[in-house]
Amino acid sequence: MLSLRRADPGMGYHAARGGSLVPMLLVLLATLFVTALAAPAVVRFARPAAAPILAIVPALATFWLISVAPGVLRGEPIGLVRSWVSGLEIEFALHLDGLALLFALLICGIGTLIVLYAGAYLGTHPQFGRFMAALLGFMASMLGLVLADDAIALFIFWELTSITSYLLIGFDHERADARKAALQALLVTGLGGLALLAGLLLLADAAGTLRLSDMAAARPDLPLDPRAAAIVLLILAGAFTKSAMAPFHFWLPGAMEAPAPVSAYLHSSTMVKAGVYLVARLDPALCDIASWSRLLVAFGAATALIGAFTASRQRYFKRLLAYSTVSSLGIMVLLVGLGAPQAAAVYILAHALFKGALFMIAGVAEKRTGRKDVEALGDLRRAMPWTAAIAPAAALSMAGVPLFLGFAGKELLLKAALSAGWAAPFVVPCVFAAGASGVLVALLVAWRPFHAAPEAGALPVAAREGTPLLLAGPLLLAGLGMLAGLFPFLGARAITDAAALAIAGPRGTGLVRIDVPALAAPGAALALSLASLVAGVLLYRARARWRAIAALGGVIDAASPQRGYTAALDGILRAARFQTRLLQNGRLRIYLFVCLLSTIGLVLLAAARTGTLPGVPADDVAISAPDLVFLIIAAVAAIVATRLRGRLSTIAMLGGVGFAVAMLFLTFGAPDVAMTQFAVETLTVIIFVLIFHHLPRFAVFSGPWVRLRDGLLASAFGVLMGGLVLLVRRDAVFPPISDAFAARAAPEAHGRNVVNVILVDFRALDTLGEILVLAISGIGVYTLLRLFIRKEREA
Amino acid sequence: MTILLALLVAILYATGVYLMLRRSIVKLIIGLVLIGHAANILIFSAAGVVRGRPPLVPEGMSGLERPYADPLPLALILTAIVISFAIVAFTAVLVRRAWQEIGTDDLDRMNTTDR
Repeated sequence: MLSLRRADPGMGYHAARGGSLVPMLLVLLATLFVTALAAPAVVRFARPAAAPILAIVPALATFWLISVAPGVLRGEPIGLVRSWVSGLEIEFALHLDGLALLFALLICGIGTLIVLYAGAYLGTHPQFGRFMAALLGFMASMLGLVLADDAIALFIFWELTSITSYLLIGFDHERADARKAALQALLVTGLGGLALLAGLLLLADAAGTLRLSDMAAARPDLPLDPRAAAIVLLILAGAFTKSAMAPFHFWLPGAMEAPAPVSAYLHSSTMVKAGVYLVARLDPALCDIASWSRLLVAFGAATALIGAFTASRQRYFKRLLAYSTVSSLGIMVLLVGLGAPQAAAVYILAHALFKGALFMIAGVAEKRTGRKDVEALGDLRRAMPWTAAIAPAAALSMAGVPLFLGFAGKELLLKAALSAGWAAPFVVPCVFAAGASGVLVALLVAWRPFHAAPEAGALPVAAREGTPLLLAGPLLLAGLGMLAGLFPFLGARAITDAAALAIAGPRGTGLVRIDVPALAAPGAALALSLASLVAGVLLYRARARWRAIAALGGVIDAASPQRGYTAALDGILRAARFQTRLLQNGRLRIYLFVCLLSTIGLVLLAAARTGTLPGVPADDVAISAPDLVFLIIAAVAAIVATRLRGRLSTIAMLGGVGFAVAMLFLTFGAPDVAMTQFAVETLTVIIFVLIFHHLPRFAVFSGPWVRLRDGLLASAFGVLMGGLVLLVRRDAVFPPISDAFAARAAPEAHGRNVVNVILVDFRALDTLGEILVLAISGIGVYTLLRLFIRKEREA
Repeated sequence: MTILLALLVAILYATGVYLMLRRSIVKLIIGLVLIGHAANILIFSAAGVVRGRPPLVPEGMSGLERPYADPLPLALILTAIVISFAIVAFTAVLVRRAWQEIGTDDLDRMNTTDR
């Protein structure tokens, strides 16, 4: 169990502008969730203007975040603590610091643009309301995730993003591919989420607090804790599945089945960055554990390389962008692992801006041309001049051309890689390859379809320019990427610096801020940056040859984790089908057979272990001739009933058994039982005659071997039950309670028939239950009969 | 006598189970009836049988003199007889309806919903 010290509520927070600000975080979250719930209604009643109306909420959230930004950037985070699960000492805590602010601004700001874009892209879809609900629900969950300061709250928002993204990826649920991709994303991120929960709980237990902002300072000796390795592995399993790190990267390209607004939002700027956010958030607490940084660097660099290589082989818009996103995510994780928070923050911001814009542009191009293959398009600048003008603005940032924010990100990245010490020989080539591949992807997505001539023999494409709302998002994002690069002293620098300080945590005091001018100072980093630019352009020029060479890398596909996933899923389904067929085969007699066989086996086992054997009781009644007659009638009639094939003769045998048994009751002092049995038996025979009259002769369905097998089992069970009678008679452990009934029947219940007194007085409630059963059965019989009389009338 | 009753219990259980293991649903009902009898006699003889002494308190007396047939299992059996009648009646009508709808009394052709 967790043993947590109860933290002082609100400890360590400075309410920047008095108490009135504090609940605003809660209001912000709640408003977004309510908007998500209300979205279907809004879409229904205000269809053409629904998206702009809904966009007001995230827009307001963005403005609020900007309004509080100066305080946060001064190092005065906004916090909020509410008691939640008081029994477990879990509190609901929110915390807005530099890192949370960077992500929150991306989530709300890009979210606003995505809502507008989605309205233009999907607005006429009949299920647009459902789409907006899922999209806004995702936005709210994501915002909750980055604001959460409590490990449990973080996990819940984390899972909420998995579920809402499942709904978004599978939005087009009538296509099997979309369903499959959605399920795959859910399973991979869901499994990672479970690992994350375990890791967070272990960490909270080790650190003694669930509060994320307290964790870094809570346990300076955490690396010595025996659970340290488990904590690192579990948390990284969660972060790496969410952020599509190799070898879990396979779900991300599949998730591109989602509509373009979803890809642009979830898979560029928000959801996949949740893993990066988590790693950055926990880095201050875990960076002293040696394996943490090493795993981040190793997996980050490897993912950057694998993503870059796979991206370079693609020709479809979304696949190009998806794999280059995998590569970029690897770089972000790498940067956190290298202890380069400033580079990480700048890269996160730059990537969100250019990748969001490019995904939206790719969506416009796909929608307006109906083509997915960049090589099949060309000269679109004539039909789509605006799109063709915006695309390169985003692509230049992605390529890392000077004057753009992407350049600053790349510069800081290369500086961090070059000073990586022991890891540099491994990291620098990976980063270089990622850079070159980024240039290639940027050219393929933003240059090839718009400004290059179409391939000889390519089919003519009917293209139309995107509407202003479709282009507003990309324009704004690309523009911001350019402005932030040109004028670093504007807001972007302050935000990334604050985020970097938050990532650095307590180490931040010694953090040296690196100034990156729009045109960098000469050095090794600049040389590498320009070299990767040239390499990317060369790759673009020789891409046909490069694809032929890279196709040799197809072996990677053969060993791809996608196959492992498919095999595991198929295996689970096969095992489930097998055991369902085995256990739930729909044959009553097999269920019976198994149950009876187990009963016999267990009873025999118990008998063997205790050495119990049935015997003849000592005080037995002598046998008389009439008893023998009734016994023989009952036994013979029962045996004959199993052999007969005629209906009436079988019913006659059944009656014979019943009446003989009733006679036995009568002989051995049970006249009431005998009378009831006579009455019931007569009724049963009448009902059977009436009903079975309509049925066919009994067919024999089973072969002789099956009958022999069933006969043997039935005999064994009969012997067992007969033995039970003898056993019970001999080993009566408790004195019968009937003496008390017999003694109290006349004086207390004023009845002379003890059986009757038991039924209507001592155990009257049981009898009431019995009457109820009879009544329900009567209603059932009546209903069934009426149904079939009506049917016969209709027929 | 107990040993003969035990034998009857054995035969009734064996025939009842054998019939319940058949594919014909009508035989299943007949097996159900037989097992009902078997269970009644099991309870009856497990308490010990007493010849001709029903648990009736004679006029003018306040209690019973031993030996007398144990009234508790008899009360249980009475309840059991009535309830098994209710079940058998309902099942019989159900089978009739099923025959009318599906046109078979083969259990293996009635189990499509169970798969």
